[in-house]
Amino acid sequence: MTTSEAAERLLTELPVSPAVWCSGLRKRYRKQTAVDDVSFTVGRGEVVGLLGPNGAGKTSVIKMMLDLVRPDAGEVLLLGRPARDRRSRARVGYLPELFRYQPWLTATEVLNLHVRLAGVAVPAAEQHESLALVGLADRAGDRVGGFSKGMQQRLGLAVALVASPDLVVLDEPTSALDPVGRADVRDLLLSLKARGVAVLLNSHLIGEVERVCDRVVILDKGRVAAAGTLAELLGRRELRLTLDGVGPAAQARLTAAGELAHRGDSYTVALPAEPDATTVPDLVADLVSLGVRVHAVEPGRISLEERLLNILRGEASEPNPGGNPMPNPESTEEHR
Amino acid sequence: MTARTVLTIAGLTLREAARRRVLRSLAGLTVVLLSLSAWGFSRIDAEFGGLTSGESRLVAALVLNLVMFGLSLIAALGTAFLAGPTLAGETESGIALAMLARPVRRSAVLLGKWLGLVTFGSGFVAVAGLAQLLIVQITAGYWPPRPATGLALLAAQAAVLLTLGLLLSTVISPMASGVVAVGLFGATWIAGVVGALGGALGNASVAQVGTVSRMLLPTDGLWRGAMNAFQDPTLLGQFSEAFEGHPFLSSAGLTLSYLGWATLWVALILGLAAMAFQRRDL
Repeated sequence: MTTSEAAERLLTELPVSPAVWCSGLRKRYRKQTAVDDVSFTVGRGEVVGLLGPNGAGKTSVIKMMLDLVRPDAGEVLLLGRPARDRRSRARVGYLPELFRYQPWLTATEVLNLHVRLAGVAVPAAEQHESLALVGLADRAGDRVGGFSKGMQQRLGLAVALVASPDLVVLDEPTSALDPVGRADVRDLLLSLKARGVAVLLNSHLIGEVERVCDRVVILDKGRVAAAGTLAELLGRRELRLTLDGVGPAAQARLTAAGELAHRGDSYTVALPAEPDATTVPDLVADLVSLGVRVHAVEPGRISLEERLLNILRGEASEPNPGGNPMPNPESTEEHR
Repeated sequence: MTARTVLTIAGLTLREAARRRVLRSLAGLTVVLLSLSAWGFSRIDAEFGGLTSGESRLVAALVLNLVMFGLSLIAALGTAFLAGPTLAGETESGIALAMLARPVRRSAVLLGKWLGLVTFGSGFVAVAGLAQLLIVQITAGYWPPRPATGLALLAAQAAVLLTLGLLLSTVISPMASGVVAVGLFGATWIAGVVGALGGALGNASVAQVGTVSRMLLPTDGLWRGAMNAFQDPTLLGQFSEAFEGHPFLSSAGLTLSYLGWATLWVALILGLAAMAFQRRDL
């Protein structure tokens, strides 16, 4: 076996490197710290959402990943290569937050340009398919200068997808799109996920992130405020009950089921992530036998939005002792 | 890979120049200048019938240089105002974000832009300059001794200015870079005229102004070389006093060492621009 064969074998036997690996990223703009010690990974074929308020440093992180901005410290590997190496971006598609394409070119020409810059061979028919995928098939020959914002963003999606990427970085991909466009993007993301393409999605639309992402990284003031799978972040389920005639025994029974909070007639019990199928019916049967009158039973799940607001507003991940464990945005305001 | 990027971007820049309004305005300006000069040259013979053949050649060479100066100004303005927006404008608008996130070197993108702009400027100088020379040949019967050298030097002058425009556009806004580049071009030309007058008057320190400015920005030096290439060499012997300190007549051709300096200057400025562009956060 020659040395190069040995090296090749060694490489193929190595575990596949993640799509994105960032460690200790820092960036200051004059006196303002934009990104402070941010580390995260995006596995191959994984869809990760990057969430956070305006100015949290999301776009700076993305630009450092793509070598558009130089980090003051930290390291990035894209698809196993250091980000400083331009070849790391050979199979990366990117839709910038500020999406503009040469207004004097047609949509087809823009795609063709990007295919050439990417250094891959994509037949014209496939390039046209990318346009069709984002609903621009009938505008392929039109100059980009005449496109609306929404159409330019759709074109940007086609540009990000055209060179058969292994990693797609989308920075606010639906900011200029109408509800139909947003639904299209969601379908697109799901189809990328099905094809095993890794996606890093920066979006303000939490619902969008919740529906398509495997994991979420929440940035706040340039730092990672929380990160994990949706199940980890939104692990708890809850049960909202409207009851009257709750005596001490009934109260004890409720507390035994899970952490309890109540305000007037309404009781909220926090349940484990995957409660037993019998947990809820048993609880209700026991309450009734204890003489409690049950008006309503409503199972629920903490939404990502609530969780995000909790994290960003500095609430601990544990429920508020003595208060409503499920603060809605208004009640959270009161706790500040 | 890098060569392909350079050529792709050069092609893109040429397409941009062709499709933007700047080309139409350039073409319009050129046509106006050419038709004015055609009319002017046809009048020289009619109005100054009494000139000797030597005198009319001198007048033709002088006016040709004057018109060529106009052309070079159009080329300089056009390319400097293309160079600014093409780099600074694209970084400002966000067009550069999607392109530079591709596996390309920033220096290759910059070199591609430069190559495209140089090709565009040279093409313009070749077409418009040749048309001008033909007009002079038809109307005044004058054909310059070294037309190809003259046009090549004019193209080199445009290349020098657009290289400066590219460097400026990596650090200041698109419009400002065009304005500053053209301003410096004008200042160097004036310094060249002042220097020539100093030489004519025998004032060494004034003459030094022209020499120094020609080193700092080689546009004026190249322009004087081009003028020299458009003049009939016998004129210098006949009318040597007319050449002294004249802004549109040049008594000496270019030295090889000056051409070498101009080439090195372009390479240095382009290298600086590449460094500035490489370090820039987008």
